[in-house]
Amino acid sequence: MWYLCMFFHRLLDYRKAEVESLAQLFLDDKDKWSSLEWRIPLHHHPDSPFHYVNLPSEDAARNIANRSILVKGIYEIWGEGGSYEELEESIRSYPDERKLPYLEPGTTFKITVDSFGKVISFQDQNDRIKGFTYIPFKGQVNLKNPDHKFWVMETDDYGSSNGLPPVEGRRIFFGREVGGADRSLLPTYQLKSRNYLGPTAMDAEIAFLMANQALATPGKLVYDPFVGTGSILVAAAHFGAMTMGADIDIRVVRDGRGPDCNVWSNFKQYGLPMPVGLLRADNNLPPWRSGLKEVFDAIICDPPYGVRAGGRKSGGRKLLKGTVDPYTVPDDKRTDHIPSTGAYSLVECVHDLLDLAARMLIMGGRLVFFYPVLREDDNVENHFPEHPCFKLIATSEQILSSRYSRVLLTMVKISPYTEEIAEAARIKHIDFRENHLKWLEDGNLHSAVFSPDPQLTATGDSKLGKEPKPKYRGKYV
Amino acid sequence: MRLLTHNMLSSNIKGVSNGFPLRIEVGKVVEKQVDFNADFLRNMFPKIEWKAFVDAAKTVGYAELPEEVDSSALESEEFLNKFHHALLELHLEEGALVCPETGRRFPVSKGIPNMLLHEDEV
Repeated sequence: MWYLCMFFHRLLDYRKAEVESLAQLFLDDKDKWSSLEWRIPLHHHPDSPFHYVNLPSEDAARNIANRSILVKGIYEIWGEGGSYEELEESIRSYPDERKLPYLEPGTTFKITVDSFGKVISFQDQNDRIKGFTYIPFKGQVNLKNPDHKFWVMETDDYGSSNGLPPVEGRRIFFGREVGGADRSLLPTYQLKSRNYLGPTAMDAEIAFLMANQALATPGKLVYDPFVGTGSILVAAAHFGAMTMGADIDIRVVRDGRGPDCNVWSNFKQYGLPMPVGLLRADNNLPPWRSGLKEVFDAIICDPPYGVRAGGRKSGGRKLLKGTVDPYTVPDDKRTDHIPSTGAYSLVECVHDLLDLAARMLIMGGRLVFFYPVLREDDNVENHFPEHPCFKLIATSEQILSSRYSRVLLTMVKISPYTEEIAEAARIKHIDFRENHLKWLEDGNLHSAVFSPDPQLTATGDSKLGKEPKPKYRGKYV
Repeated sequence: MRLLTHNMLSSNIKGVSNGFPLRIEVGKVVEKQVDFNADFLRNMFPKIEWKAFVDAAKTVGYAELPEEVDSSALESEEFLNKFHHALLELHLEEGALVCPETGRRFPVSKGIPNMLLHEDEV
């Protein structure tokens, strides 16, 4: 059955991907393997908040909507039209057997008038509600806690500040609410009230979206190899998953900023179960025993891309350059020795991450991580990392500045980790080691993001003919 | 560090061919309650290296686990409770993990094992 899904008008690229992922959690086995059908309402732009989605049952629709972060509501639409006359005709022709059960005496209901991109005055809202006398409501009105919530949603202007092109025609929907996101968890988990924060702590809303992409549920084990202050695992733990994390920086994972300001306290603060494991380890040389594989249900992370924080791996700067031999630690200094670390290029980091995930995820397990892209690259789709064990199922871009964005990649493990794949990864690992400087140069995103813009410094007007980049889908949209 | 983590880790020093299981050097062991989830335990069971797990549990002072076991034990609630307790509720808070081949100590402090290698070990 087709339902109208109204999204919050933000993070546009994440909206359908979230619903598609949650469908994997709430649809029956027979339905979940084909992707969902979507349809854009008449006159609507693909970035509009209104989308029709075909779902097999109302229970599935409710569960998806209630677990989501970006679904404002999923509605069973009783009618739609370009005017209130057309809407009436449409509602009258909607089958009675679908309507009457929700209009019965003894039930309570509420009608809300909503709009997108404009404000409807209280008086106009009231007039519109009174216009629905042709619907035979037999129940009582209850504004606080009604059994059935009906919505009138009207668009004739997208407004000026939300980045959408002008509306082609007015559209009005009338429907019964089936479910909607519980956004109240966002203020609860917002970073500004979090005890322990790092410079790259993940925003709560995005962390929840990542946990949804990873299908975090009770009984699953979720791993973050760049755990930092645990901001991504907090979201996975909220949805009931067991969590495990590693980081190369021991100050972050072990010490934090004191007894009540560390990774553990971030879980305690929300009454969430603590991670089942936290350790200090190098993603480049993971300490997992040989033979261990397929233990994690999901790996979620925000790898260091070298823009705000750079990755580190074992081995000092000079050692990795090859100008000095490894420092031999004297026996009496072994206990307190602090090993040096060197820069870890993004390409190598992502290679290691994919190799780790290919080995350690269960079949069907998900790898969800952010990948940075420079916006100059016109055809970014071709630049996403690939791996024979994984199928890329969702890419959601978030524009961070005019120079670069980050894209949330969701991959599913579709084939087992074989000897050949392991051997290819081992050879690549040696190549990274032996050609450390070359890889560091190639994978340097920092200079591309922070160097002066060639378009601004160029004296000629050769670049002026270039299309301006879209401004919306920025921080707030 | 829980025994679940211990069962997954090995010494990955260059040249070490069998770094598993790491010997546990006990400084301080604490018990922390964890919500019981039978599905999680059933999923984890086949991944656990059982002998190493039983030995590790003994080292931290828990000797209730059977020496040998197969997946039929997962039907028993009593077994699941013991498995749950040993896997998730016993923490090595302070101590070390020792490489069985080289004797290198990986310190565990505030419950966090430090598995980072020295320059001459990578």
